[in-house]
Amino acid sequence: MRDYIVRRLLILVPVMIGVSLLTFSLFNIIPGDACVLRLGFGSTPETLKACREAHGLNRPLFPVSINSDLPVIHVQGDSQYGGWLWDIVAHQDLGQSLAEGGAKVSTELERRLPITLELMIMTVIFALVLGILPGMLSAIRPNTPIDWVARVLSVLWLSIPSFYLAILMITFGLLWFGWTPPQFGRGYVPFMDDPWVNLQQFVFPALVLSVGIAAVIMRLTRSAMLEVLRNDYIRTAWSKGLRERTVVWRHALKNALIPVVTLIGLQIGALIGGAVIIESVYNLNGVGKYTLEAIIRRDLFVVQSLTLMFAFVYVSCNLFVDIAYAWLDPRIHYN
Amino acid sequence: MAREVALPLEIEEERPEPRKRWKRLLSTARKHPLGVFGLGCVSLLFFCGIFADLIVPFDPEATLRERQTYGSLVKAIEPNDTRLTIADAQLEVGTNFDIDGERMSVVPPAPKVSGTGTIINVQRASSQSAHEAGAALELDTAIANIKPSWSHPFGTDHNAKDVLSRVIFGARISLLIGLTAIITGVTAGAFFGVISGYFGKIVDTIIQRCVDILLAFPAVVLLLAIITVVGDEDSSVRRFLANNTPLPKGEFLGIPTFLDVFIVALVIGLAVAVFTTRVVRGAVLSIKENVYVDAARAMGASDARIMWRHIFPNVAALVVILGSVLLPVAILAEAAISFLGVGVPLGTPSWGADLSDEKSRQNMLEGIWWPVFFPGLALSLVVLGFNMLGDAFRDLSDPRLRGSGLGGGGGGGAGRGPI
Repeated sequence: MRDYIVRRLLILVPVMIGVSLLTFSLFNIIPGDACVLRLGFGSTPETLKACREAHGLNRPLFPVSINSDLPVIHVQGDSQYGGWLWDIVAHQDLGQSLAEGGAKVSTELERRLPITLELMIMTVIFALVLGILPGMLSAIRPNTPIDWVARVLSVLWLSIPSFYLAILMITFGLLWFGWTPPQFGRGYVPFMDDPWVNLQQFVFPALVLSVGIAAVIMRLTRSAMLEVLRNDYIRTAWSKGLRERTVVWRHALKNALIPVVTLIGLQIGALIGGAVIIESVYNLNGVGKYTLEAIIRRDLFVVQSLTLMFAFVYVSCNLFVDIAYAWLDPRIHYN
Repeated sequence: MAREVALPLEIEEERPEPRKRWKRLLSTARKHPLGVFGLGCVSLLFFCGIFADLIVPFDPEATLRERQTYGSLVKAIEPNDTRLTIADAQLEVGTNFDIDGERMSVVPPAPKVSGTGTIINVQRASSQSAHEAGAALELDTAIANIKPSWSHPFGTDHNAKDVLSRVIFGARISLLIGLTAIITGVTAGAFFGVISGYFGKIVDTIIQRCVDILLAFPAVVLLLAIITVVGDEDSSVRRFLANNTPLPKGEFLGIPTFLDVFIVALVIGLAVAVFTTRVVRGAVLSIKENVYVDAARAMGASDARIMWRHIFPNVAALVVILGSVLLPVAILAEAAISFLGVGVPLGTPSWGADLSDEKSRQNMLEGIWWPVFFPGLALSLVVLGFNMLGDAFRDLSDPRLRGSGLGGGGGGGAGRGPI
């Protein structure tokens, strides 16, 4: 087990280097560098030069560069890519926005991460409740109205795009109940300041985001549960005369949830993507909205750091899930 | 020769009678009502997408105008008088209108609101006749934000464009992007997957590490990042596609910004390819262990021949299934990135872009719900259709679930990938 974890961590290093290389080169093949994008193509050479020097864009792109005249590889100590990566690894410095204020990405993240984290945690809780309970019910009562309702719901939830659901909920909330989530016009209120307002801000975005994930969880719980209920140890449990509650909760559900754990881990990608979408619809100033704004503004330094961060979170979550999987199910051996 | 004649006869014998087949089909359909519903939605998507320009009631790009009569001329105008007061009608400088058949146009200064109505200055085509007070004013007005009615079943949006026509054209864009993304993505994915699985060793390592890197990004983030770079107006990819390929630069298939739409499709195709590569490679790893592959090699077949004649046919079914499962995901991905304002250019009749329209969404809060509601409904129905159809197929192919009534519950969500 330990060997497996170490090996997975070792694979993580080249993957993350590849990810950083891809991110960096992706944003550097746009015609015009970050300064040109910020100052516009009509800027004078002097201001451009000053901007480039201020942001270190006069350095070569990569630490190793192939000179087009002399096809020799020569190592350069101080490069844009190297500097970017070194700042992240050594100083936890994710760079600086190109926009007027030039806010540091790290300070912005400090402000915005709690919002995104709260959204994600609530989403996962909703998804678990909305997914596991109906999934379990429809598995222990197959081909009953409960089962049909749960299955139709799961297909519906699966199919409705989150952004569409969000727009509908905001609109009809306002038109029918005259209610809009308090973040419109008011901004984010931390949970510690006013728990009630804070919850009002997050309940609906989290619900909207959770619906799609809940549907996937429900379907998986149902099929896993059906599979488990056919097992011999369940028949043993029944024949021992255990109550249904004990059989279902203790013996069946626990084992049926093992694949669900993996699934939740795999849904972290959907969660991040969903946060980008839902935060902008629901006007939550989290990391997702920050990313989208930076992409639309062409704020390259911010986008490349955030993309790298998302990839890192995603890959680490997948690793964590694989480990948790082995820990939950002793039958699984990695070698 | 004799065999070629005999073959169709054999098939003829095995085929059940036509009436029996219909009966069986009907009973299958009755057992899977949701599957039939899904099939209906998907067929509707294909029908609307293919015949969009034939069935749209209006041009989806055209601002619709209608002649409206206002009996609201308050003050008569003298033969040479060029100023009049009217009660109601949105008149701006440059608007043309008719009074008793005489063409007039509004000239500066801009209309001014006074106590009795709006005072406008006009230029008259002729200055012979005088008009009576109360004469009818006829005006071409843009019919924006019209409620759903018989002539406009889905209403019109704030640009006075027919929402039904836009939704129908949206089906074409969704279908175009979905199919392009799936065909390019699945082809490329199958190609690299087969090569990666068949050759193994260093080739496999290189391809799989690239796949690892691309899979390390959450899909939406990757799509957003790549489209920002590639979809840029003077990006090299775009320039290359415009200048070095026979792709049309301007309008094509009724889509005004065809190239942008195509680029979005290619980027989604990349994501499809990454996923397909991984899956196909896994299948190839087991297929290449078969004895017939060794036999082919022993007979001196080249690697290319083995891959094309012996490996690929065995993954073809898998590739087709992957493509059909990923099609709604690709359609949804297009809608999501267009919704975020990064996908197809604004104003293209794409479902996602129409959902993101700032003005429409503001109007929606004031009760004008139809320009946003219907494109979203179409998108949801299409994805729902694909999901239900997929469920029904899974039921039909999985004997354990057969006869269990409603759509099956196995597996993770088919139609929900990254979004």
